[in-house]
Amino acid sequence: MARNTKKSSSTDETPTVIDELEVEYLPTEADGDMFGGAPAKKAQQFWPSAKRLMGLLGPERVKMSIVVALVVISVVLTVIAPKILGQAVDTIFNGVIGSQLPAGVPLAQIVAETRASGNNDFADLLEKSTIVPGQGIDFVVLGRLIIIVLLMYIVASALNWAQGYVLNGLVMRVVFRLRQDIEVKLNKLPLSYFDSRQRGDTMSRVTNDVDNIQAALQQAFSQLVQSALTVIGIVVVMFIVSWQLALIALIALPLSAVIAGVIGARSQKLFAAQWKNTGSLNGHIEESFSGLELVRVFGRDKEMVAEFDERNEKLYNASFGAQFVSGMIMPAMTFVSYLSYVLIAVVGGLRVASGQMTLGDATAFIQYSREFSQPLGQIAGMANMLQSGVASAERTFELLDADEQQPDEVSAELPARTDGHVRFDDVSFSYDPENPLIESLSLEAKPGHTVAIVGPTGAGKTTLVNLVMRFYELTGGRILLDGVDITQLSRGTLRSRVGMVLQDAWLFEGTIRENIRYGRLDATDDEVVEAAKATMVDRFVRQLPLGYDTVLDADGGSVSAGERQLITIARAFIANPSLLILDEATSSVDTRTELLVQHAMAALRTDRTSFVIAHRLSTIRDADTILVMQSGRIVEQGSHDELLAAQGAYYTLYMTQFRGEDEASALADTPTDAPTDASADVSTESE
Amino acid sequence: MELIRLILRHLKPYTGWVVAVIVFQFISTLAALYLPSLNAQIIDKGVSTGDTDFIWSTGMTMIIACLVQVVTAIAGIYFGARTAMAVGRDLRREIYRKVDSLGAIDVAKFGTATLITRGTNDVQQVQMLVLMMLNFMVSTPIMCIGGIVFAVREDAGLSWLVWVSVPLLFIIVGFLVFLLLPLFRLMQDRIDGINSVLREQIMGIRVVRAFVREPFESERYQRANEAITVVSIKVGNIFVLMFPVIMMILHLATAAVLWFGGQRVDAGEIQVGSLTAFLQYLLQILTAVMMGVFMVMMIPRAVVCAERITEVLSTDPSMAVPAQPAPRVPAAGRVEFADVTFGYPGAERPVLDRVSFVAEPGKTTAIVGSTGAGKTTMLNLIPRLYDAQGGSITIDGVPVADLDRRQIAHLVGLVPQKPYLFSGTIASNLRFGRPDASDDELWRALRVAQGEDFVKAKEKGLDEPISQGGTNVSGGQRQRLCIARALVADPQVYLFDDSFSALDVATDARLREALFDATRGATVIIVAQRISTIRSADQILVVNDGVIVARGTHDELLDESETYREIVGSQMSIEGVA
Repeated sequence: MARNTKKSSSTDETPTVIDELEVEYLPTEADGDMFGGAPAKKAQQFWPSAKRLMGLLGPERVKMSIVVALVVISVVLTVIAPKILGQAVDTIFNGVIGSQLPAGVPLAQIVAETRASGNNDFADLLEKSTIVPGQGIDFVVLGRLIIIVLLMYIVASALNWAQGYVLNGLVMRVVFRLRQDIEVKLNKLPLSYFDSRQRGDTMSRVTNDVDNIQAALQQAFSQLVQSALTVIGIVVVMFIVSWQLALIALIALPLSAVIAGVIGARSQKLFAAQWKNTGSLNGHIEESFSGLELVRVFGRDKEMVAEFDERNEKLYNASFGAQFVSGMIMPAMTFVSYLSYVLIAVVGGLRVASGQMTLGDATAFIQYSREFSQPLGQIAGMANMLQSGVASAERTFELLDADEQQPDEVSAELPARTDGHVRFDDVSFSYDPENPLIESLSLEAKPGHTVAIVGPTGAGKTTLVNLVMRFYELTGGRILLDGVDITQLSRGTLRSRVGMVLQDAWLFEGTIRENIRYGRLDATDDEVVEAAKATMVDRFVRQLPLGYDTVLDADGGSVSAGERQLITIARAFIANPSLLILDEATSSVDTRTELLVQHAMAALRTDRTSFVIAHRLSTIRDADTILVMQSGRIVEQGSHDELLAAQGAYYTLYMTQFRGEDEASALADTPTDAPTDASADVSTESE
Repeated sequence: MELIRLILRHLKPYTGWVVAVIVFQFISTLAALYLPSLNAQIIDKGVSTGDTDFIWSTGMTMIIACLVQVVTAIAGIYFGARTAMAVGRDLRREIYRKVDSLGAIDVAKFGTATLITRGTNDVQQVQMLVLMMLNFMVSTPIMCIGGIVFAVREDAGLSWLVWVSVPLLFIIVGFLVFLLLPLFRLMQDRIDGINSVLREQIMGIRVVRAFVREPFESERYQRANEAITVVSIKVGNIFVLMFPVIMMILHLATAAVLWFGGQRVDAGEIQVGSLTAFLQYLLQILTAVMMGVFMVMMIPRAVVCAERITEVLSTDPSMAVPAQPAPRVPAAGRVEFADVTFGYPGAERPVLDRVSFVAEPGKTTAIVGSTGAGKTTMLNLIPRLYDAQGGSITIDGVPVADLDRRQIAHLVGLVPQKPYLFSGTIASNLRFGRPDASDDELWRALRVAQGEDFVKAKEKGLDEPISQGGTNVSGGQRQRLCIARALVADPQVYLFDDSFSALDVATDARLREALFDATRGATVIIVAQRISTIRSADQILVVNDGVIVARGTHDELLDESETYREIVGSQMSIEGVA
């Protein structure tokens, strides 16, 4: 709900049109669990992943066996109890019939008399029973049976609880460790891992998938064991009590399987349609809300609403179908279980009447057949859940198995104060071996110097400075910081000497103060304000209702893109590094503000080396050395004046950007389909 | 409670269906309740007397009852699903229309992301609750009451067992649920917490690594992980109590029925069949109560969603729609700001402070100034994305507040600062402002916007698909498509909000040259940072902190305005400009 309180500051950029909007969808559990849910994710290799998932439980082996033992005992008790309850019913029934018979007459005689009167069935019933004529209900026996049953249930419940308790703690520990493993792993993964796949996908592996694993371990595991054992136990007992009735009860099994299969398959399809339509509708909502201003400016409201209504109606029809068909499963299954109930009641009644089984066994049977269908349904549900859990585990394991970056091999130390002398020695680098990006590049940045890098998109400027940070490993050559090969330093040592302002002004959710302090965690409030003043942050922060305590959120509603960039500069400023890297750090800041920031940066830069990447040449004019890069190579190198005098690539670049209006218009006369020259490319299509 | 009000209001149109649900579920519940009583008859009249014919015929009755039960249950589900999904559909529709009617300020107050979540996820939650309610919550009381009636009918003497066990179950399960609910909420918070830490680590990985904050982040993560584990264990421990406790109560009740019932059977007060029937009723009642209590667990989440939905629905648009469209539609496009003042709610200082200027048709007006000066706001006021708090904005003398949306859309074309495209094709985007534009017109606009070449280079040309937001074309291409889109609409007033920033200077120059011809006769207002973009404008407004500090042509301003000179100086060497 934090987002509601977002205050719009007095900024130029209105926050309503968001470039790449990320909306996090909460998993819709209500759908998933109760009605067949989203198309089940399938594991590619079920068994290996399942085995490995079980392997996570390894350290808890002892407790696991305790859990299994407890489950077995409690299931055995629950399965036997109805049988004993049946005996209690028999005791009552026998008492009832017995009390109707004349006392003192032997049972055999009564049987014979009954048979003589033509009631053969009843005679059979009496013959097979242990009825004592004239005697009512034996409350001693009944009481004993009931106490036994109660004890069994109490013990079973207690064990059931104990196993749940142990399992719960155990699973949580396992999941805790899994989460910690993931965190450790995330810190060891090379940046290329994150670059090469969608961030959203990585996110969901470490969040949704882990939640899914937790659910699977917690519920599916114990219930699956319990349900399976219960089903087996009940089947065994049913066959012991009466194999004929057991067969009748088992008819329900394939019948419900068929029903579940037919309806299930149908509803899977309908659910897929529902999700497709949900996606389509949500896409439309997302799009028209994100582009709301444009919809309005172009007067497209009616069309958008009409489109919405159409998709909304489609979703309605699809989701109605899905919910209805999947909703039918339950009544249908209930119908089957009622049918078997009726069959058991009738056949059981006939058999009891003919003395082939006792009434108690028949009632026990009814109870069994009811308890029988419940775990069956559970097994089906749990199997789904387990499958989705294993699929999640597989995805998480993939992350855990990904190649790690080279471990730090610390074999050199830097002096306490770095000079910031950087040298590239014949450096080569490529993201993939097929396309070499940087080849045999050498350069030197002297302490205190500012090195500016210019060149078209894709020339390798950002890559170059990322190599200094050791975000990527070189494929050839070496980079020296103060004469030390950076691969001989730990990444932490290296990076703590470098302050970097990145192209995308990433800020985390938190106050402006916290974000600036991220650069140096022990900075005082005064130091934060000082850094903010130097970087022109203070000026606009004072205009915000909450000042430095203004909370920034992921989509950055409250501050504009330019202001965000300034905050990231303040963050690097406060870190007070010996080497400063500015990668398009002021691209969204207007030129006048940029100039002010530059003055502050100049003070910051006096005794430190800096690398500056910019496409606005005004930003870098005063640099000591300007490198002009094209396709991974440095094509020119020198000071502004030297390069202008040389009349090479830089000169063309400069002239294009600073040419007066007349020349620019003249340029417009060149045929538009002619390929633009390299110099004009410099700022084209900056992303 | 918002939830109840919201649901009731939206159920109203479907009263007939809801009644159908209740009727069908009533019948199906009665049928289900009839079964144990029939079973009792089998035992009492069939088994104990050995009357097999009676057993058979009662069996048939039971099967008929089963059929009735399944048919009515399915009919109930049919109407339940219909109703619930219709409620969801109506809610979505209502939210969509409401957001559509809101002003940009209202939307900004919520934030687009949360509005989307409210229109999709939150509705989904409420819709599911309605479905569960219709499927279960209706049948639960029927089952309870019906069960009690039937049980008492079997044996009034044992009915005290119902009065004891039902409240007992209700209280115990209710208590556990009561303990769980706040923990559930806490757990959701903690899940959000750990996910947001992870999100930041993944999204901001370069920053984390650049500042060597891995240990700091790991520590944060571990704290979040511990926090979530603690709550999960608590929740789990209560949860594992639930099932055994419920089973205990069910079994205790069973034993009690047998014991006390046995005595009543012995005393000849009831028959054995009634005893077993009573037992089954009791179990059915208890199961129904249990289901009902479990359903309650869905409510808190839906309550939050309902509140969030109501919040949107009850927002009054801050912008009044004109009662009737202005009779006289402006044709020339002369834009006039007279003493316009505008501020965002809650901000200390207005964004625009008594701004006045006139933009004439056939002339280009440029606005320059630093980040946060209020340039974009000035543009957005013209198509009435916001309403000014003071002063007036008129087009040909007609206040924009008197124009309806269609009229404004006809008059004004905006190229926004952040180029946004809709999913579809290049053509569908270009036709956004004028659906009936011909392909030729699209190409003409593209030619002006310097987009002809790259569109031609695309495999499918105008039919090249565009993904949402336009993320599958580069920033520069997106910008040019947005310009072309405005050109196709052919408005009287063009607003360019820093729309050339992603273009290199040469393209920028060509584009402006072509634009000059294409927009001849129209009013053009350009916000720009690059001096080269605006130096040929007929009028340049220099804005600082919401005030126009200087106005004039490039040359005039170079002489007169210190601020303008500073801006120019920050971009080029002065001697090159003169």
